[in-house]
Amino acid sequence: MSTLISGIAASNGIAIAKAYRLTEPDLSIVKRSIEDVGAEISRFKEAIQKSTNELEIIRDKAEKDLGADKAAIFDAHLLVLADPELITPIQDKIQSENVNAEFSLNETASMFITMFEQMDNEYMKERAADIRDVTKRVLSHLLGVHIPNPSMIAEEVIIIAEDLTPSDTAQLNPAYVKGFTTDIGGRTSHSAIMARSLEIPAVVGAKSVTSSIENGDLVIIDGLKGEVHINPTPELVKRYEEEQEAYARQKAEWAKLVHEKTVTNDGHHVELAANIGTPKDLEGVHQNGGEGIGLYRTEFLYMGRNDFPSEEEQFEAYKAVLEGMSGKPVVVRTLDIGGDKELPYLELPKEMNPFLGYRAIRLCLNEQEIFRTQLRALLRASIYGDLKIMFPMIATLAEFREAKAVLAEVRQELLDNGIQVAEKIEVGIMVEIPSTAVMADIFAKEVDFFSIGTNDLIQYTMAADRMNERVSYLYQPYNPAILRLVKMVIDAAHKEGKWAGMCGEMAGDEVAIPILIGLGLDEFSMSATSILKARSLISQLSLEEMKKLSQEVLGLDTNDNVKEAVVNALKK
Amino acid sequence: MVEKTFTVTAETGIHARPATLLVQAAGKFDSEINLAYKEKKVNLKSIMGVMSLGIGKGAEITISAEGSDENDALNTLAETLNREGLAE
Repeated sequence: MSTLISGIAASNGIAIAKAYRLTEPDLSIVKRSIEDVGAEISRFKEAIQKSTNELEIIRDKAEKDLGADKAAIFDAHLLVLADPELITPIQDKIQSENVNAEFSLNETASMFITMFEQMDNEYMKERAADIRDVTKRVLSHLLGVHIPNPSMIAEEVIIIAEDLTPSDTAQLNPAYVKGFTTDIGGRTSHSAIMARSLEIPAVVGAKSVTSSIENGDLVIIDGLKGEVHINPTPELVKRYEEEQEAYARQKAEWAKLVHEKTVTNDGHHVELAANIGTPKDLEGVHQNGGEGIGLYRTEFLYMGRNDFPSEEEQFEAYKAVLEGMSGKPVVVRTLDIGGDKELPYLELPKEMNPFLGYRAIRLCLNEQEIFRTQLRALLRASIYGDLKIMFPMIATLAEFREAKAVLAEVRQELLDNGIQVAEKIEVGIMVEIPSTAVMADIFAKEVDFFSIGTNDLIQYTMAADRMNERVSYLYQPYNPAILRLVKMVIDAAHKEGKWAGMCGEMAGDEVAIPILIGLGLDEFSMSATSILKARSLISQLSLEEMKKLSQEVLGLDTNDNVKEAVVNALKK
Repeated sequence: MVEKTFTVTAETGIHARPATLLVQAAGKFDSEINLAYKEKKVNLKSIMGVMSLGIGKGAEITISAEGSDENDALNTLAETLNREGLAE
């Protein structure tokens, strides 16, 4: 019988495939006394052999896909598996104490793990993780449980996970991963953003998927309604296959708008730009007719590695994006790390409230070497296109002025060294902190543009952690409180002859777009995959009517009533 | 038994990659091979043993081998250390 679990629709589309659990397996062990020591030792040796075979395959694959550097870690893991100082004591313990292999392995490995963890050298401490990793693999074979190896997936699957971290998603091969669903997360969590950029359907925050779905279960992900169907009936599969086709036809219809401008039916033009994370995303931007890049999240350059990216590496990435956009505007956001995006090598202390803590521009102004390296790379790349630089998490004018002063210094240094820098580079800020939205009229005199980051603006305005599902009802993009702040920012920009954009989820939202058109937003930046749908919607709207509509909803009382008013207005 | 003493020249000492190379090389021989540093002596076929010594740049280390292929073993290990610029 088919089971239905509802969650948050995070990425549109329909996927039908077998489940692949990306979860921590239960490796709890019990101490048992054993009768046949010889058989127990053979069982242990067999588990070692299976683990070795597995690791050799993983190592070879890593070498092929990622290079010898990344594969080296698996060489070290293989040596741990073959280490006589580890293996012999485990066998001795099985023999002398008549205990099971799991227990003996765990006791012996723990001793080594503790030993490495106690060393006063960071590098050595990390080796404890290697031993833990290897031990887990052997234990899984002894216990006969499955340890997921996402990089080894070789058939079409739907990933089932509690949550997906950036490093998890980096290992997933989009050719095989048809969709995913997670227990936790919301529309703006990393996993959801990733799903949209990979254009795979996803349902997040579905609470019980990991406890309800087994490996190999047939699963349907409905990324539009936010539904997960487990072991569906043949009729349901058929219905969804039809919907899949209908969705494909709809996409083909939108695809006709790729080379069109974005214009309302009464001739008002706005710019539809894309949010990207890496130069690789440009392909999707072109396919979906992006008129620019409204948000280049540079933090992906810094993630999933062991050290900071060099100036040269950054320069190449920025240059690739600027050249790839052939003169269209590219808004690059400087490093926004902290909050839900951690960098292990930065070794930042854990914070009680990371979203309210040491992150983004706060960190960059304090650790200026990191900031200056990025700015140098950006300025050097500026001659290859229309670069605009944007500082994230600006709360005060002092922060903006300081960041701009650093930029000016870096620019002068480059010029003094005879390095070419573009003549005119617009410098703007993300408006995501209410203090800045309220002070937008003052900011507007000094910045070249605003880009409203609604994901954070909503979380800070409503004082609701967007990673916490229990308060997710407070994520209210249409709440008049948010809309009024948005209006203040747009009006302030226009008064000084500047432009205002939006790069949060709201910019691609069907209910928000009519209001934002009415409020006069100049640039909408969204997941590339939302662009054509938005263009199609905007072409059916009239600026004059949307002005009236936005005026009306700004005076309403609740999120839901605003939504209803917009939906009703669009029906007409 | 044969043995030889080296001075570590690698900036990072005998960590990670160098340790992996040495242990891989030692594993190819039947002889018992040990690595001594300060007062400690470990089995050179044990990656965890080698890493646990925390050998840094400038350290004096002694490699000893005992068994049927002890000469071969010591020569190969000395060659590995030289070739990789780890010690001399």
